[in-house]
Amino acid sequence: MNRLPGWLAPVLVVIGVLLLWEGWVVWREVPHYILPAPSRVLATLWADGASLMQSLFYTLQVTVAALALAVLGGVALAVLFALSRRVEQALFPIAIVMQVTPILAVAPLILIYVDSTTAALVLCTFIVAFFPILASTVIGLRSADPHLRELFELHGASPGQRLRLLLVPSALPYFLSGLKIAGGLALIGAVGAEFAAGAAGKQTGLASRILEASFRIEIPKMFAALMLVSLLGIAIYVLFDLLSRWLLGRWHDSETPEP
Amino acid sequence: MADSSSSIDQPSPRRLTPAPADEPAVVGLRDVQFRFGQGRGLQALSELSLSVASGEFLSLLGPSGCGKSTALRLAAGLLKPTSGEVHRQPDLRTGFVFQEPTLMPWASVFDNVWLPLRLAGQSAAQARDAVMQGLDWVGLADVARAYPRELSGGMRMRVSIARALVIRPRLLLLDEPFAALDEITRTRLDEDLLRIQREQGLTVMFVTHSVYEAVFLSSRIAVFSSRPGRVIASVSIEAPLRDEAFRGSAHFAALCRQTSTALREGMSS
Repeated sequence: MNRLPGWLAPVLVVIGVLLLWEGWVVWREVPHYILPAPSRVLATLWADGASLMQSLFYTLQVTVAALALAVLGGVALAVLFALSRRVEQALFPIAIVMQVTPILAVAPLILIYVDSTTAALVLCTFIVAFFPILASTVIGLRSADPHLRELFELHGASPGQRLRLLLVPSALPYFLSGLKIAGGLALIGAVGAEFAAGAAGKQTGLASRILEASFRIEIPKMFAALMLVSLLGIAIYVLFDLLSRWLLGRWHDSETPEP
Repeated sequence: MADSSSSIDQPSPRRLTPAPADEPAVVGLRDVQFRFGQGRGLQALSELSLSVASGEFLSLLGPSGCGKSTALRLAAGLLKPTSGEVHRQPDLRTGFVFQEPTLMPWASVFDNVWLPLRLAGQSAAQARDAVMQGLDWVGLADVARAYPRELSGGMRMRVSIARALVIRPRLLLLDEPFAALDEITRTRLDEDLLRIQREQGLTVMFVTHSVYEAVFLSSRIAVFSSRPGRVIASVSIEAPLRDEAFRGSAHFAALCRQTSTALREGMSS
């Protein structure tokens, strides 16, 4: 058993669950408008592939744009906070308000104020993804070893050298864990905000497909869209996990096996 | 903190030999007081006077929390005294070794040792010879590409020493550097440190709370009182050879006894 690769067991479990599901639906003759079999979901995915893929691409665009803004804004503000406690004290409450207010409650307002639906969705998603990156990067920048700070001071490091050679590498593991959380939250934000917006406009994402299908009681299509949302979330997680391994693999305890 | 007034009025201990006066001090502290924070912060040092001459190996010995490390940071110029004077020779190249190896975990051994030269503007290519020389001094030239987490505690400490030596310092400051290491590793590092000091004519200030280590290494020991710390005794160690024979000699035992007595008096005062 120990010689089997680590990914085998979870893959077998997923295949097993799908087979049980398929078998149950066939055996009990469950109608597809109540619970579609996995095979039927796959068939729908194939049949509606073009429109679903377009929606997937749209949701992906919103998520990526918002995440990119959250990384830029969160890191920039974190550097500012790390430089000045006073700035942090002044601005942190706003960041917390942004974090604790449920995005679904704010989304209708944002949709009214912002003309472009896409821009409104990006803004909502940004608000959700921003805080984890800010908070983790602030802690990361503050986590630099105090003795290393003394060493940099002793050898007359410039502020730029201290940032580049000490603070940024110290903050990196914290930033990356914030990024993983923000990636998952961004997708939730993108889908949630689109639900609030309702299915409208020329360009729409996966949330609109799910809403549409539910109005028409096309349960297999709902499952197909749902599956794509899940796959997108998994892809984002795996991507950031690989990034984290690649950047930290050689030196950080979280990514290296015990020697 | 409560006994801060009583400890100042203690009579001078018997053995108070002044620093060698024939050479100008590399670093001198005069009547230094140090408080953490502003106003009523913890007082770490009171009326501390201390100087170290060129080529001397001076140990600062005292109980935990007596301000030895603070004195070392004042000598490094990392802290400014609350009152009193700290005099450092101009352009004094200073290496510092901390209690922990304090390496950058994200950087290879080479990059860690390169750091002080890098901060001074040297590229990796320019610094290569100096870095490899530094690693050679501590016997680690073959692990330049390894990462700190791949090394043992003793090896990490050697890297830390190489990093301090890479700028060719005149003054080397060490803050209980080997306290966390096992006895054998510690003894070996003590001997290596002495060899390096001799070869390079370094002036060394070494913080420790081990009487044996201080007696083995030092040309002079400054014994500190409990907090707020000041020097209550100064013990000169005359020994041409620092080896196993010295460690086992009656002379060594007598010096340890004498130092221990001074230390105990400082703690009870």
